[in-house]
Amino acid sequence: MKRRNFVQASMALGSMASLASLVGCATTGRIPEKTRVLVVGGGYGGAAAAKYVRMLSNYQIDVVLIEPESAFVSCPMSNLVIGGSKTISDITTPYDNLASKHGVNVVRDYVSNIDANKKIATLASGSSIRYDKMILSPGIELMFNTVEGLKQASDSGQVLQAWKAGQETTNLRKQLVDMPDGGVFAITIPEAPYRCPPGPYERASQVANYLKQNKPKSKVLILDANQDVTSKGPLFKKFWADNYKGILEYIPQHKVTAVDAKSKTLKFEVQNDVKANVLNVIPAMRAGSIAVQTGLANANNRWCGVNYQTFESTQSKDIHIIGDSILAAPAMPKSGHMANSHAKVVAAAIVAQLSDLAINPEPYLMNTCYSFVNDKYVVHVASVHQYDSKDKTYKTVPGSGGLSAAPSELEAIYAWNWAQNIWNDTLG
Amino acid sequence: MNSCNQFSLIAFALLFFGLSTGHAQQNAAALHQRANAAMCSNCHGTEGKTVDGSAVPSINGMPKDYMVLQMKAFKDGTRPATVMHQLTKGLTDAQIESIAIYYANNKR
Repeated sequence: MKRRNFVQASMALGSMASLASLVGCATTGRIPEKTRVLVVGGGYGGAAAAKYVRMLSNYQIDVVLIEPESAFVSCPMSNLVIGGSKTISDITTPYDNLASKHGVNVVRDYVSNIDANKKIATLASGSSIRYDKMILSPGIELMFNTVEGLKQASDSGQVLQAWKAGQETTNLRKQLVDMPDGGVFAITIPEAPYRCPPGPYERASQVANYLKQNKPKSKVLILDANQDVTSKGPLFKKFWADNYKGILEYIPQHKVTAVDAKSKTLKFEVQNDVKANVLNVIPAMRAGSIAVQTGLANANNRWCGVNYQTFESTQSKDIHIIGDSILAAPAMPKSGHMANSHAKVVAAAIVAQLSDLAINPEPYLMNTCYSFVNDKYVVHVASVHQYDSKDKTYKTVPGSGGLSAAPSELEAIYAWNWAQNIWNDTLG
Repeated sequence: MNSCNQFSLIAFALLFFGLSTGHAQQNAAALHQRANAAMCSNCHGTEGKTVDGSAVPSINGMPKDYMVLQMKAFKDGTRPATVMHQLTKGLTDAQIESIAIYYANNKR
């Protein structure tokens, strides 16, 4: 090799070295400058996705999170506020750490429109944000119009859902406390799928525990549109039979069709009317309204179809959808833990796509869901969902997952620790 | 440009793309390992570090061989648990190994 060629070779090696350093030797490839991921919704899915896109890209990808609320109020554990063993501040976490520790640009606003072709989101305040990738985690919209009279009863504050934790949680607690002894607290459950399958049964247990201790002549009625308890059935039913006999009554196959707030009456598809002092009507649900409005809810106009390997919408390129609003794979619950698991898969998939790296061929998801059957005893259900590349869906692994053998105090400790750790993993 | 130059450019191109592809594969594998391991962090904390006062243990920096043995003991039922026996039954031995390596290399 002539000297001149050697110099050229050295220069080429030098530029290769600098390219290699640009690529970085951690977990990411080369990411174009000013690449932006826009996350819509700061719940268990969105907040965790914002944090993990930052972490998994080694802080190379800009992340903007749009969230209308000033702080995160957890739906899991919110039934304990209704039962009285926790306060709303116990289940509230600020968004501060996402900005200060992870450099997420948290914008307190609401996305009013998405232009999927131009890749621009418009905010309620009027400003617009361009994105390379969107992670849409809008949670659920409660379909008040599926129950006659419910919208007005809800707007007036007389009939609460408290299915989105926050002010309604506190208000429902107040309705319970204000109820006279001898009163009836009625909870209605929509047909599955809905957010948090065991949630209504946990809530009924919390109300029953409060009544047993404070208003023993009172009753809680569960009016369930489903054929039977949809989650942890044998565990709930045994605990109810052993501990809440005469206080808690479970009534399946009752689909509420109308509510009269004035006379505190529930009407059903088939059966007789039910009167109660407190009406807690949980209506049917669908994907958060921005997803529906953008045309992403392409399954029965309710849930959003996604490619499960990347959570990219089957409707719109570069919009990835996670959490309760997706059309779930078989046996995949709509839960906070599951949304947090989705967040990690979507974050890794987006970091891979934007870095020109291969997408994980075999992602998997986990879910653990605890329910308090009183203020001290807890039961759980757990599952593992492996991605099947042949059938392009998640499947639970045969022999894995399962339920508690029985309610226990030990699991109550784990349950509260689960909450502390997942809040920190999502927002800390 | 003489033939030697042409040869060296082709060689460098091959070398560069070869390196680049190898590097990207390595990066992709590391990214997938980290994201898969993050399935533990809902309960065991981000990067395996739990919050102060947590009864659920931190797993960051846990020796790999110890973690593999514990996970397999949960899986085969020799170590009793409330949840871990159900979750580990959903993981292959290779996935358990990958998780253990990730947290062992993740210093406290």
